[in-house]
Amino acid sequence: MKQRAHTSLTRNLTSTFAAGLAACLLQTGCGKSPGSGPDSGGGSASKVTIQNKGSDTMVNLAQGWAEEYKKAAPDVDVEVSGGGSGVGIAALVKGTIDIANASRNMKAEEIETARKNTGKAPKEFIVGYDSLAIYVHKDNPLNEITLDQVAQIYMEAGRITKWSDLGVKIPGSSSDEIVRVSRQSSSGTYEFLREHVLNKKDFKLGSRDMNGSKEVVELVGSTPTAIGYSGMGYATPAVKMLKVRKTATEPAYEPSVANTLAKTYPIARSLLVYTLGEPQGPVKKYIDWAMSDAGQRVVEASGYVPLPAGARAKP
Amino acid sequence: MNTPPTSRPAEESFAVRKATRPAWDVLSERALEILIYLCGISAIVFVLGIFFFVFKEALPILGNSHFSLTQFLFSDQWYPTSELNKRYGVFAMIAGTFSVTALAMLIAVPFGLGAAIYISEFCGGRTKETLKVVIELLAAIPSVVWGFIGLTVMSRLIVNYTGAPVGVNILNGGIILALMSVPIIVSIGEDALKAVPDSYREAGLALGATRWQLVRRVLLPAAKTGLLAAVLLGVGRGVGETMAVLMATGHAVHIPHGIFDSVRTLTANIAAELGEAPANSDHYRVLFLTGVLLFALTFIVNLAADLVVRGIRRR
Repeated sequence: MKQRAHTSLTRNLTSTFAAGLAACLLQTGCGKSPGSGPDSGGGSASKVTIQNKGSDTMVNLAQGWAEEYKKAAPDVDVEVSGGGSGVGIAALVKGTIDIANASRNMKAEEIETARKNTGKAPKEFIVGYDSLAIYVHKDNPLNEITLDQVAQIYMEAGRITKWSDLGVKIPGSSSDEIVRVSRQSSSGTYEFLREHVLNKKDFKLGSRDMNGSKEVVELVGSTPTAIGYSGMGYATPAVKMLKVRKTATEPAYEPSVANTLAKTYPIARSLLVYTLGEPQGPVKKYIDWAMSDAGQRVVEASGYVPLPAGARAKP
Repeated sequence: MNTPPTSRPAEESFAVRKATRPAWDVLSERALEILIYLCGISAIVFVLGIFFFVFKEALPILGNSHFSLTQFLFSDQWYPTSELNKRYGVFAMIAGTFSVTALAMLIAVPFGLGAAIYISEFCGGRTKETLKVVIELLAAIPSVVWGFIGLTVMSRLIVNYTGAPVGVNILNGGIILALMSVPIIVSIGEDALKAVPDSYREAGLALGATRWQLVRRVLLPAAKTGLLAAVLLGVGRGVGETMAVLMATGHAVHIPHGIFDSVRTLTANIAAELGEAPANSDHYRVLFLTGVLLFALTFIVNLAADLVVRGIRRR
């Protein structure tokens, strides 16, 4: 677009053409930034597309929002894709999307790059909460785990490698080794665990690094000796969520809505969306809607924890 | 005046035609020649262009003081996003790529060549057509579907029948890759066998050879360059395949000790991590360097194949 505009300076004819083309692109829904494009109310035929990308933890939720929002505002298309919080943030920093979903906070250097690239500071919205659940196979006799044990399982040079180290024997399996299921490094869940459970230390190499929240739960469900971590919304009948203790002396809490809101579950986190600068027009409307009662019902239906009534946006 | 009267008009008409050929014909002929020439050299231009860009993106890392090429090639420590100590070693992934490809070829070559021989020499018209259609169908299945089969169906079968703790491993990736390269090996191998002149077959049969003797002593030696090409294209597919192995091998950075270990391949690592690596960061450049490494590997395979084929021809 920029280049086309540049050549248009030299010739009037080209500029008319470019403007026409630009209008066409926006009308067919290819416009990249609906916030700065013609307002959706301008014409009955104009359609706006919001590009939304990021966290795999949130991809089902974002998809649910997009579908539900279609009913509320038929002229707005929300295109959702996953890839991991890191991928979404990288795209936002480059300015190629409107909204990035993230299950971790943006890092200082990412905010700095965004400011340098686009001249705008990213703005953060909390749109829900999630408890990071520790999953094991449903036949695993283990019911509770401490954060330190999780760290010792996943951390580089961690001491726990066998189920007998945790005092359990997996029924029907001759293998004692813990099969660690983890996430690829672009995942916000991966970074969240590294920061809040491993204390920024590195992961032990050799874990099975899955490309999505759902794959983690699926692999744990088909592997009796596996342990994995993923958002609480992905639980299936084939797996079990462990109760987690912050330290060995504190009580164990299960990842539930009540425990997440009361902040007693030790590894709860906020689900976030980021925009570049203060959101405008359709993007703002969309985020407001997501944070309203209607949007929060989708959060609940996706298995996550909705915002408390006080934090919701008024429609 | 004894000259035959017919010769003059013929000469004349020839001369006339030459003189009046429209300029347009001459020009278009020339233009087509140039176009075909461009098409001919485009392959070279593209290969050089790709190599240039991949290398250009990777090059700055080689001059970086905290990057060592020896560590890159021979260390199995892959911590590209570590907060404490970033380490870039791809040895485990080189081992992963080789082990999966080797196993795939071990399975695919006998099956592929066997099928090629059967289709070309042993089976009747109807079976032949059916088999060819089915094998082409096998080649048309997208790799992500293969990966999905590996992740869900195959992994469960492997756990049930071998008792391996995890179903996503070298065996799974090897079988999936073998299934993907068999169609290539079959169709190119069959072409190679078809290219052997029928006179060879007739001569062999006339000398009293059985059909197996004919295949082993006459057809295989006669078609060996073509068959080798078929196998090497299969290897190329194995080394270059990304999506299926990403899903089926477990994606664990780990030097394998057996076929039930999970591994990560070079291609899968690039696919999983390039999206999040910030442009021009060390991580990004190291991933491009991995691309250069892959380029070098396939180049060596192709060069070796070429030399072998030439060696065979000379003899």
